[in-house]
Amino acid sequence: MSTDTKQNPIAQNTITIDGQEIPFLAGQTIMDAALAAGVYIPHLCHRQGLTPHGSCKLCVVDTGSGSASACTMPAVAGQRISNNTPALNEVRKTITQMLFIEGNHICPSCEKCGDCTLQAMAYHLGMLDGHFPQFFQRREVDASHPTIMLDRDRCILCELCVRASREVDGKNVFAIAGRGINAHLVVNSVSGKLVDSDLETSDMAAHICPVGAILIKEHGYEVPIGQRTFDLHQVSEIGLEKTIPTKVRQPDE
Amino acid sequence: MEQNAGPPSDICPPPNLRRIAIDPVSRVEGHGKITLLLDADNHIHEARFHIVEFRGFEKFIQGRPYWEVPFIVQRLCGICPVSHQLAAAKAVDQLVGVERLTPTAEKLRRLLHFGQTLQSHALHFFHLSSPDLLFGFGSDPAQRNIFGVLEKYPDLALKGVKLRKYGQQIIAAITGKRIHGTATVPGGMNKPLTITERDALLVDIKNILAWSQDALALNEQIHTAHPEHYRFATIHSNFLSVVGGGGELELYHGGLRARSATGAMIFDQYDYRGFQDILREEVRPWSYMKFPYLVELGKEQGWYRVGPLARVNNCDSISTPLAEAARKHFREFGQGGFVQDTLAYHWARMIEILYCAESIEALLHDPDITGSNLAADLGEKRSVGVGVIEAPRGTLFHHYQIDGQGLIVKANLIVSTTSNNQAMNESVRSVANEYLEGREITEGLLNHLEVAVRAYDPCLSCATHALGKMPLQVELLDADGMLLDRLAKGSNGVIERTV
Repeated sequence: MSTDTKQNPIAQNTITIDGQEIPFLAGQTIMDAALAAGVYIPHLCHRQGLTPHGSCKLCVVDTGSGSASACTMPAVAGQRISNNTPALNEVRKTITQMLFIEGNHICPSCEKCGDCTLQAMAYHLGMLDGHFPQFFQRREVDASHPTIMLDRDRCILCELCVRASREVDGKNVFAIAGRGINAHLVVNSVSGKLVDSDLETSDMAAHICPVGAILIKEHGYEVPIGQRTFDLHQVSEIGLEKTIPTKVRQPDE
Repeated sequence: MEQNAGPPSDICPPPNLRRIAIDPVSRVEGHGKITLLLDADNHIHEARFHIVEFRGFEKFIQGRPYWEVPFIVQRLCGICPVSHQLAAAKAVDQLVGVERLTPTAEKLRRLLHFGQTLQSHALHFFHLSSPDLLFGFGSDPAQRNIFGVLEKYPDLALKGVKLRKYGQQIIAAITGKRIHGTATVPGGMNKPLTITERDALLVDIKNILAWSQDALALNEQIHTAHPEHYRFATIHSNFLSVVGGGGELELYHGGLRARSATGAMIFDQYDYRGFQDILREEVRPWSYMKFPYLVELGKEQGWYRVGPLARVNNCDSISTPLAEAARKHFREFGQGGFVQDTLAYHWARMIEILYCAESIEALLHDPDITGSNLAADLGEKRSVGVGVIEAPRGTLFHHYQIDGQGLIVKANLIVSTTSNNQAMNESVRSVANEYLEGREITEGLLNHLEVAVRAYDPCLSCATHALGKMPLQVELLDADGMLLDRLAKGSNGVIERTV
């Protein structure tokens, strides 16, 4: 492959996704290249600008030599990648169903309804039910912070808040503790409560949650039905995160 | 209908008695049943109306943030979710220190509630009850349903369907969906009504007014032309409702008024935020639904009725001309006293549907309705909020307490059908004694019992929400019906053996 690269500099910087030739720059992941080219690979834990995490596994693609998370796998010239296939989407739907039944996602009354990426993903993948028995896990609500609330019922362990806090906010408010089914979001404070952390409303971590586990308190349902993010957009729209930037709302707004 | 079924969990028939259960009661919202105990000669020994489903909303909203509550509790019902959303929103307004909404926000809420009441009343009469009234209580059950009405009275049935549709259009315009939308925010509303939306609603309003008048005329004619309806399931009760500051009919906001069966005022213009001082709830072991009563009159005498019959009897006037004329006519029928006929619930309901239609027209022509100032300034936070509204079926109480973090620590909902619980039981007992006593039981006769229940438009699923404190009683009987053992759990959770 390295020989081909030297001989054909144009070919060395392309991969194909579902037969479409996609250019990439050195160091880019498959996800980076796909997003830059306007090709959607489903994902929940990836956000451009944050270190890829590879935890949600929705972006798993077939690279021709095996399966890999598109957000962490470097693009390599000549890769022939399968992405939007019935088999992969069926697996993605199953993963999404597992996320729903592991948490307590009560969409009908959730203030994130219509703005929730998990919900939008379920629609995108044609998910009609949870399929698996609901876990009904007991998860703690932390409303101790004066302006920010943590509802672990909705957490999907994507770690976007963990990375946003460390990499953008310059803090270390959140972490994932426990392993396997016992994994859960914790707050790095003496008491373990948000009130004793240095999280602020202006932090990216306070607004990045894709599912409404972290919310600004005393706000909700302010965007009418029909005008919410996913009333107007498909989750598969490239650049959606830029088009609808994370709402940074001050508590006194 | 189930005859001679196995031992029920709630009523074990003593020796020589047989049990008949109507389970489920049909053409009502939710799941309820009626049980009768009869001897070999078909003499009625007991008749009860039970609510047998369990919801638990009061418990599981504990620990949830207060701003979520209007959208959780509206899921109590698919027919009147708006009433629950608005009652909870009024309580939330108090929690955030808002005493008065902006004119546009209050009018939008009122318009929303009128749309809700219009569609609910249309559903109740046309879809659920008109088959009984048009075909007869004991008529062929194959025809006695909305499809039978559509076939025999297509014009009437379609008007009913369109009336309901119109109410839902109002709800959709304001909340984004016909059922379970979102509109309220603490101290206001989340969306203005656009001029385009307003104009679209104005297109049909004249038809809605005309059809409401037709529905009223039909109900009045049905009731007055059938003297047997006057005493069917009729009981003499106290009435409770919200009234406006001048004693007028009021569905959204006002003071509480209770009057005795004779019309004597028990209290008037009572600030509903102190409702716990005038209302209590009793729990009984055979139903998930509680039995509220007026404290002043006590458990035995303090039960009351709510809903259209209570409201139209209780108010001094109606603010819209056509409905006011109808109210006067209604009261004339009562010859100076209250109209206590249970089946006159339908007549009163159609007076209200006309009131809703007239009020909707007036609001749609009000310039404030398309205003953009939707949010009042928030005030000082409070820990307790009480929202009361006149839901289609009657007075609806939402009472919440929050902690310093904004999470619900206590909730109590007294829904309309809960208030009518005792009355429904009394009506069922009355019908059983008058129509079924000593007769061979048939489906048609049993439907008479359901007709009585349907008059109240019970919202059964809303009405059952206790959790963890429900008193239960388990009895062990031998083959001869002799009581061998009885365990009873009280409302404090303590279990006692009483035999």
